[in-house]
Amino acid sequence: MNAQQQDTLQQLLQQYRDLPGGLLPLLHAVQDALGHIPAESIPAIARAMNQSQAEVHGVIGFYHDFRTTPPAAHSLRLCRAEACQSMGSEALAAQLRTQLGVDDHGHTADGQLELRPVYCLGACACAPALQLDGQLHARVTPEKLSALLAACGKEAKC
Amino acid sequence: MLTLYIPMDSVACAVGADGVAAEFAAEAERRKLDITIVRTSSRGLFWLEPLVEVDTAQGRAGYREVSPDQVASLLDVDLAANGDHLLSVGLVEQLPYLKTQQRLLFARAGITSPLSLEHYLAHGGYQGLQHAARLSHDEIVAEVLESGLRGRGGAAFPAGIKWRTVRQAQAEQKYVVCNADEGDSGSFADRMLMEGDPFLLIEGMTIAGLAVGASRGYIYVRSEYAPAIAVLREAIDIARTHGYLGEDVAHGGHEFDIEVREGAGAYICGEETSLLESVEGRRGTVRAKPPLPALQGLFGQPTLVHNVLSLASVPLILSRGASWYRNFGMGRSLGTMAFQLAGNVRRGGLVERAFGLTLRELVFDYGGGTASGKPVKAVQLGGPLGAWIPPSQFDTPLDYEALAAIGAMLGHGGAVLCDDSLHLGQMARFAMQFCAEESCGKCTPCRIGSTRGVEVIERLLAAPDSAERECQRALLDDLCDTMQYGSLCALGGMTPFPVQSAMRHFPADFGLDTQEQAR
Repeated sequence: MNAQQQDTLQQLLQQYRDLPGGLLPLLHAVQDALGHIPAESIPAIARAMNQSQAEVHGVIGFYHDFRTTPPAAHSLRLCRAEACQSMGSEALAAQLRTQLGVDDHGHTADGQLELRPVYCLGACACAPALQLDGQLHARVTPEKLSALLAACGKEAKC
Repeated sequence: MLTLYIPMDSVACAVGADGVAAEFAAEAERRKLDITIVRTSSRGLFWLEPLVEVDTAQGRAGYREVSPDQVASLLDVDLAANGDHLLSVGLVEQLPYLKTQQRLLFARAGITSPLSLEHYLAHGGYQGLQHAARLSHDEIVAEVLESGLRGRGGAAFPAGIKWRTVRQAQAEQKYVVCNADEGDSGSFADRMLMEGDPFLLIEGMTIAGLAVGASRGYIYVRSEYAPAIAVLREAIDIARTHGYLGEDVAHGGHEFDIEVREGAGAYICGEETSLLESVEGRRGTVRAKPPLPALQGLFGQPTLVHNVLSLASVPLILSRGASWYRNFGMGRSLGTMAFQLAGNVRRGGLVERAFGLTLRELVFDYGGGTASGKPVKAVQLGGPLGAWIPPSQFDTPLDYEALAAIGAMLGHGGAVLCDDSLHLGQMARFAMQFCAEESCGKCTPCRIGSTRGVEVIERLLAAPDSAERECQRALLDDLCDTMQYGSLCALGGMTPFPVQSAMRHFPADFGLDTQEQAR
């Protein structure tokens, strides 16, 4: 972590250390500010929250949202739950595999886009749905997916 | 002057509502038209979104699936006079889909602006709290008990009994926790309510706090619902500014305040004890019960844990009375239920009706069958832990007991339709895979059973002959039995429901012939 990141972390530790059950809010805040939860920040987080490092690692590892490595430039979360499956989300996943060579939990060869499965975005009446860089898109067709990818600089390879 | 209503619901926006609103504003500016655009909640008629409504002398007229490039042609017709246009659906409240509903919880859906306290008050808001403030704590509890309200999250436990238990518990600090970790596929009613009518949830929690003697509330919202989190936080600030939260919420010196906590992508945190662990800042592992959360819940204190819709039902029960509320529903399922039509459905959306309509009415009269136009193959009711129900059972009334009698459950009221493009053998495998992915790991039947379940189903689907299939099926039945009766919570305990119902009703998808199945 650089000096600025250290400062940010210290501010957040001050802000959340006395919040009852504040570890999740703190981890969210760190991740929002730094893009991920750097491994070097864990000892300081554990001290501030009066928990062991193992406990902090345990919490980070338990929840799908938390990450200890920096994110790719673009994040695509494709809903794979039942409602979206009934409307063709598996075909969209296959399209991503063939067009971008990216699989669940993987990223494109240039590291610019990562794909994560998500189980329900609450758009089940307008399935299938996905979230691209935090933005929700529903009634996604293969054409719409290609257009969304093109808009974030991910042209189809074939 | 023309007044337009365009939803700001996140799903309406996901299909283009923001762009439509922006284009209306821009086009009106170009034409020097005097228009007002009110961003409202969604009616829940999602197949029509983006649905643009216009004030006319007869009521609000609607225009369906509007895209920005159709805005100019809409402004060419006399919208205020219910102008004729290709996209017109007529008066929105006369649409049979909406007209036949009994919108109690969602009375304001599509009508008011989510963050307008003024709109909320003008449409009956805070009358429940006003009434509750005149009652004793025990009288409020009695009213909820009398209403017959059962928890809407899925377990359907009588709410009043929970309230009484927390009320009678002796402690310095008690809590009200709202479970807004709506992770079931096919469910979006909590999301709609939080995004669309946040003050209703705040009012319900405040009344609950008053009744049970809790001064603090938490709303635990899944991180996938970022817009709902933002709306709730803003609504809480507004309520606090106007004295509806804070030191004296009901002019009797009662303190109550609410904090929103964001989940972090763990489905299991929808289980109440796991949710409490998560609010306390730990891994979301399930706690053994007893002790009940009502006695030892959040931070070890008596805690009332309820789903969003359970708490949101409370203001109406208080303002209109328990006996009025009991007029809706059947048997022991009283009041209304927010059913949600999702997946491969022609008219997906929210259907709030009293308990007791049949699944057939829901799927066909409201849903209009599949979006693909093919026959409905099955409906999964109640989320990923709910059974797949074949059309032969569609005459079952939607009532907790009637569904339990056919080995299904209502859960949170979400119904996912599918046609024959969905392979239920694969969906059974998916159910086990999902359980493996989301298991908290505390109990063995769920943690290990789900992984073994994926393997057994894969072997069953790939079995070369009927002897091998029979062998794998026996193994799967045995495993399901272990998971159902040996798991600590509903995740492991109910994952067998979608698996076994799929096998029972759609043996062909497993390569099992019907006769084999009948034995």
